[in-house]
Amino acid sequence: MTRITDAPAQAAPPPAPTHEKPRPSLLAGNRLAYVLIAPAVIAELLIHIVPMLLGLWVAFTRLTQINIRNWTQAPFVGLDNFRAGLDPNGPIGSQLYTSFFRTTVYVIIVLGACWALGIASAVFLSSKVKGRAFLRTFFLIPWAMPAYVGTIAWAFMFNQRDGMINKILVDDLGLLDERPFWLIGDNSFFVLIIASIWQMWPFAFLMLLAAMQSIPGDVFEAASLDGASLWRQFRSLILPMIRPTNIVLLLVMGLFLFNQFSIPYVLFGRNSPEQARLISPLIYEHSFVNWNFGLGSAVSALLLVVLFVASLFYIHLVMPRKNDDD
Amino acid sequence: MKKKIAVRIVVASTAVAALALSGCSGGDDSGDGGSLTYWATNMSPTIEQDEDVLKEHLAGFTEETGIEVEYEVVPWGDYYNKILTAVSSGEGPDVLNIGNTWSVTLQETGSFMPFDDDALEAIGGGDRFVETALESAGKPDETPTFVPLYSNVYSLFYKPSLFEAAGLTEPPKTYEQFLDYGRQLTLDTDGDGAIDQWGTSVPGASVQVSSHWAFILGQQEGADWFTDDGKPQVDSEGMVKAVHTYVNQINSIAAPSDAEITEGAGAVQDFIDGKSAMIIVQSPMAQFAQFDFTDWEVAEVPVLEGGENIQSMVAGINIGVFSETDQKDDSLELVKYLTSDEEQVGLNSQFSTLPVVTAAYDDPSLEEADPTIPVREVILSEHSKPFPLFSATGQAETLLGTAVVTLIGQAAVSGSVSEADVSAALADVQSQLEAAG
Amino acid sequence: MIETRGFVWLRRVVLTVIAIFVAVPLYVIVTTAVKPLEDVRGVFTWWPSTITFEPFLDIWGTVPLLEYFRNSLIVTVLATAGSVVLAVLAAYAVSRFRFRGRRAFSLVVLSTQMFPGILFLLPLFLIFVQIQRTIGLQLNGSYLGLVITYMTFTLPVSIWMLTGYFQAIPHELEEASMIDGTGRMGALLRVLVPVAKPGIIAVAVYCFINSWGEVLFASVLTSNETRTLPIGLQAYASSNVVLWNELMAASIVVSLPVLIGFVAVQRHLVAGLAAGAVK
Repeated sequence: MTRITDAPAQAAPPPAPTHEKPRPSLLAGNRLAYVLIAPAVIAELLIHIVPMLLGLWVAFTRLTQINIRNWTQAPFVGLDNFRAGLDPNGPIGSQLYTSFFRTTVYVIIVLGACWALGIASAVFLSSKVKGRAFLRTFFLIPWAMPAYVGTIAWAFMFNQRDGMINKILVDDLGLLDERPFWLIGDNSFFVLIIASIWQMWPFAFLMLLAAMQSIPGDVFEAASLDGASLWRQFRSLILPMIRPTNIVLLLVMGLFLFNQFSIPYVLFGRNSPEQARLISPLIYEHSFVNWNFGLGSAVSALLLVVLFVASLFYIHLVMPRKNDDD
Repeated sequence: MKKKIAVRIVVASTAVAALALSGCSGGDDSGDGGSLTYWATNMSPTIEQDEDVLKEHLAGFTEETGIEVEYEVVPWGDYYNKILTAVSSGEGPDVLNIGNTWSVTLQETGSFMPFDDDALEAIGGGDRFVETALESAGKPDETPTFVPLYSNVYSLFYKPSLFEAAGLTEPPKTYEQFLDYGRQLTLDTDGDGAIDQWGTSVPGASVQVSSHWAFILGQQEGADWFTDDGKPQVDSEGMVKAVHTYVNQINSIAAPSDAEITEGAGAVQDFIDGKSAMIIVQSPMAQFAQFDFTDWEVAEVPVLEGGENIQSMVAGINIGVFSETDQKDDSLELVKYLTSDEEQVGLNSQFSTLPVVTAAYDDPSLEEADPTIPVREVILSEHSKPFPLFSATGQAETLLGTAVVTLIGQAAVSGSVSEADVSAALADVQSQLEAAG
Repeated sequence: MIETRGFVWLRRVVLTVIAIFVAVPLYVIVTTAVKPLEDVRGVFTWWPSTITFEPFLDIWGTVPLLEYFRNSLIVTVLATAGSVVLAVLAAYAVSRFRFRGRRAFSLVVLSTQMFPGILFLLPLFLIFVQIQRTIGLQLNGSYLGLVITYMTFTLPVSIWMLTGYFQAIPHELEEASMIDGTGRMGALLRVLVPVAKPGIIAVAVYCFINSWGEVLFASVLTSNETRTLPIGLQAYASSNVVLWNELMAASIVVSLPVLIGFVAVQRHLVAGLAAGAVK
């Protein structure tokens, strides 16, 4: 038993699941399968699916603070909320499009930076470096820490009057004459990005590190013997071999970043400055600050549809034959 | 067969755990048996101080009536949400404080017990209350669902020593004078090239304070937030002028960094720390005492020249009873106790607020405890108006406050804000209010 | 990779830069936590005027930190345990059985990742209210509500990770065990789970970290008694002077459990992810 038990844990992670012929003894007890996934499915239904359907229903009603007490009787207003949300001339609609665009830019920048930092660290820390174990753990700290802790530290550092950043820029280095604002105004987008990268990049690092470990070492030896340059090795060897991980990582992180709520909330409070308003905080503002739930739900539903379509598109593009062992 | 047993065990233990955990909520909010649940607003600089004051006074209540009270002091930031959560779920406290500007909005939710004649009798009669305070408790022609608990108004605080040094003999009477003095007192006191003392401090990131000034200055310009039948009109010329005046304090007489101050207390702290010469605020005296700060005097709030002499809105706290409570009589007892003449003197002196019952003002110990009473009483009874008494007020407060905060941010970053900018921002708020219906 | 001089130099530079980037906020947190209050009321200083550990003592009094700690611990541990158990069961089913809906299951898992949290925050709250009204089970403001919620959030990714891991474990292992008469569940418990330990640890860590730091749902679903740390920490900022030193000290205290646990399982975490992520 020990022999077999040890093998999977030690060996380089097994490649794609073996395509096995189904054996009768495994197929029997299909009912058991349903029983096993029942708790998970029930939990999903209760917490994810049903509330989402309810949220969709709310999107078609006028639900505000006045009638929230009897929300089951909220008046049905059809597509009004959607129209108000999408009308580019309306106050909400105009914010929606810019926010959507801004969130897209945010995702691209943060995802790109996280991936770059992650892959660089993964590659460099895959080889035998002094302090490798320490650095691996150290680099994961920002992600392991509760998100608000790091974000609060950034807010503290970027405070206009007393913060560390301005102290360095103005007092110590004399690069600027006046203390710029970071948490309001144009610079707020920059701060949001920095704080997000700091907090999220270790996740990319972690996944890519794991992926790197699955690349057998002799592949590189062969490549170097062939005279391939470092960059060439990276592009033609590493990238293709970690492609499955990359695909998953980019999708999961991308979706998460698009829905990002907690970092802006901790950095800016309930009202993000306009230049840094991402789409989730915008919806939150309309739902919970202005207590216009109908509108908030409608826009959330639209967001969901957009993300769903984008994901399908992405999956088709990069994973033409996903789960071919179905 | 082992599988079946395993499944049964799992299901059973899950059920047990679920029931146990749902019970482990620390008790549900509406209290059990004889104890009342009371949500209090944050009156002092710290929550701890509030708790000390309440503990003392509520112990007196329990002694007198035998009713236990479980109180919770809630920070302002989340309080409105917390109340609306209680309203939407039907699970809330028995008795609660509210910011009085929320009175009408909350009245309309139907979740609070009306104070009809019987109820008013039960707490000692409605004519004991200061008229302007009582006015702010609900819609003019309807039975109120709240009664006043503490009152407050804005007043001007200034540093006599700095005034003397600048050759100013009296506090400013008009707003224009206020701006002028402010400019005179905005100085670089240590000669390092940077301004370190400003005319005033404002909590530029506080949505609530900003909304108050959108109201007060608007009133001085003769601009109401709503028409008589409740339609919003927040983008009128008067409102634009009012907001424009307020916002442009930043960078002229208030430090740009004020745009990052989220609480009134933060601005007061700057005043105490010597970063400004004047401040218009509600009741900073407890904070002054905490930091042994004595170089201050109180005066009436400067008013726009030629404008209506409205110096403040009737700020304050109202108290009400949640309609879902099953301890109505006990709750009314608590309200009666807290609005009684003696308690009013005691509580208000400790919170630096103004009593809501006229009899309390006859008590000499009140003025002893708080020398600002004479000035502020005059402001309360003669120069203040209640916040608009419409159901959309809560929303308007949030939207206008946020718009002002955004404009302040703009002023801080770019130097100043034009009337066009203000106009655009207010037009935005107007359409959002209209859209919400 | 064969390490040329250029490579070594590049590596050193890049790693140093990244290390500084990671370290700066951490430095700020740690030094601020040991500063006396006067230090944090003015402009930032690099080093405390005097090093004091008073903030670490004061934090327990300013805010009922111990209570919040207890609440977070209860909720997070239970949610993690629940998630792991449910995920193991579900992943086993998905990886071992052919049944209709398996592909749909994968798609559903993926789609839950794109839900904006706020879309179902209010509905969830309202559903909890209805449940309480109809069958009297309190979910708002109780541990149970939050536990179920957190458990479900992490479920999709956990199942996904574990499915990949289980799929890589050969069927022969369980078959051998079942032939020995342990039954399928026994096989699962005795054979698969021990072998899949790194993957399970990875899932547990993921759940723990996510639940420990969750802000949005905690802000709505907790009551005064069940308030968790993320919301509790905000209280340090609500007095007249933001107590930065106490806030940072509390932040350190709050991060410790997660960090310690993390360091302990770090090796397994990477191994677990390696197997689960590469499918």
